[in-house]
Amino acid sequence: MRTETRPESPAPSSAPAQPVGRPGAALIASSRAEWLRLRKWPAVWVLVGTWLLLNLTFGYVFNYIAYATDSANFASEGVPPEALLADILPAAVPDIFANGMPMFGGAIVMILGALASGSGYGWGTWKTVLTQGPGRLAAFGGTLAAVAGMVLVVIAATLAVDLGASLLIAAVESQPITWPAWGELALSVGGGTLIMTMWAAAGVLIGVLTRSPAVAIGLGLVWSLVVENLLRGVSGLLDAMSYVTDVMPGTASGSVAGALGQATQADDGGAPGVQTILDGSTATIVVTVYIVVFTVAAAILMRRRDLA
Amino acid sequence: MTNTIVVTDRLTKRYGDRLAVDHVSLTVRQGEVYGFLGPNGAGKTTTLRMLLGLIRPTSGTASVLGSAPGDPMAVARTGALVEGPGFYPYLSGRDNLRVMARYQQAGDRDVDEALERVDLAARGADAFRSYSLGMKQRLGVASALLGGPDLLILDEPTNGLDPAGMADMRRLIVELAQQGQTVLLSSHLLSEVQEICDRVGVISDGRLLTESTVDDLRGGRSLFVRATPVDRALAVSMQVAGEDAVQLLDDGVNVEVGAERAPELVRALIEADTAVYEVRFSERSLEDVFFEMTSTENSATTEEVV
Repeated sequence: MRTETRPESPAPSSAPAQPVGRPGAALIASSRAEWLRLRKWPAVWVLVGTWLLLNLTFGYVFNYIAYATDSANFASEGVPPEALLADILPAAVPDIFANGMPMFGGAIVMILGALASGSGYGWGTWKTVLTQGPGRLAAFGGTLAAVAGMVLVVIAATLAVDLGASLLIAAVESQPITWPAWGELALSVGGGTLIMTMWAAAGVLIGVLTRSPAVAIGLGLVWSLVVENLLRGVSGLLDAMSYVTDVMPGTASGSVAGALGQATQADDGGAPGVQTILDGSTATIVVTVYIVVFTVAAAILMRRRDLA
Repeated sequence: MTNTIVVTDRLTKRYGDRLAVDHVSLTVRQGEVYGFLGPNGAGKTTTLRMLLGLIRPTSGTASVLGSAPGDPMAVARTGALVEGPGFYPYLSGRDNLRVMARYQQAGDRDVDEALERVDLAARGADAFRSYSLGMKQRLGVASALLGGPDLLILDEPTNGLDPAGMADMRRLIVELAQQGQTVLLSSHLLSEVQEICDRVGVISDGRLLTESTVDDLRGGRSLFVRATPVDRALAVSMQVAGEDAVQLLDDGVNVEVGAERAPELVRALIEADTAVYEVRFSERSLEDVFFEMTSTENSATTEEVV
């Protein structure tokens, strides 16, 4: 088998196969390498742990305390206690699974993406990696694959935490265990994966753009937590603005979450960042387009730019 | 089958108005240790980065192991340490090498061998960030050695090493060359280049001033003579060696003849009734040649610019 690695100057047909030159093998090798260094990176697990803790606290702990003590927290004012309990039982996992992802989860995986791609410039590790021979696209593909793998780990862990917490609450409150509808759950997990992947890809892109994890994380967080919200506020005053703000990453990912759950930021008691501006299918398409655009833009930059 | 490993043809890199590398054409042959010599900021690292495909030349071409620079086939057969070691600070030295080995599709056994080779096996489990500058540098060399490359590109490999570490590193480089690996090494340390390199390319202000063997560069050997009266000693030396072969120095006379003519010269000096205080065999160091070359080159460039 022979695979062309240099389309601009095809090797003569008698040229022997070059195992290291095969892009597929190089991509797998790069993914394994990058996965090794991501999973051994304490900062990554601090981020993952922070997200899981946030998710548990805001998704279950506060609501359970509010229910158990019959008091109202900032998010549950005026909600009847039975409804409060229903929200934190296993059957409701699909509704709340992606609630925290458009804003908090997204911000955290964006930091992860920016760290994964941006820190290699300051440490000089991109330089070292690119002199190992995988080729720029394969090496960068490895980073993308490893970050995507980490997103899947986060999604799986979130699901485990959500199911675990809700089962525990059901047991403590002696509620019958009603499993969620599996189709709905699959939809929620898929939607959550899309949201988190988009933000992680955004992080990777700004990491490559700024060549510095600090600047990338700062700018990314200011955008996702502040600027988009301000722009959406402006679009309430200027109708023309809404054409832009309706398709911004935060709006689109918030709308995916909004389509999956019930409560939105516009309602009382919804999670911040969750929107119903776009319908589910449009939001899914917009988020998918963002994933592709972020990834391709980062790959083009990575391939073309000098590594000085 | 050609025996040139690296060939560049008028390789040029321009950053804005500044020419970092200016029409550099050099050749590295198989199995040699090629010293790329120049002061800091002369364009050594920029040239090496171009050879590795990390940066693109503004103009000119280069071929490394028969491929374009940066071509995965060429890079896979090249081991490099460019502008300091770049590793993940939170990983151990060994894990850093394991990551790089995975990129190369090499095994963990290669990692252990490379660690042994640079004497880091005992500290392989420690975090990279806890390493001293010299250990970091050695890890960089270990990573360059991974996978047994045909060509090693080492940018100032003895940077940050203590004298013993420098000696070890030089010994390692010589050993590698003896095993048939080609080494392209940059340095601003003339003594180092003089000691271990077969051929050198001298670069200053982005331009390759010369490319030749160390011996050729240092030129012929000469005799240094201190005798009084100086004018008579000078005249006698000229009779023996010829007018062009004698220079008057501050403290004596330099005579460009080989050691075999020393008795003849001394006899002539004594017969001419001069008092001979010292006759010394003197060899130009690469340093003398280098400074001579860069200073004349600098004045030439200034004139050109004006």
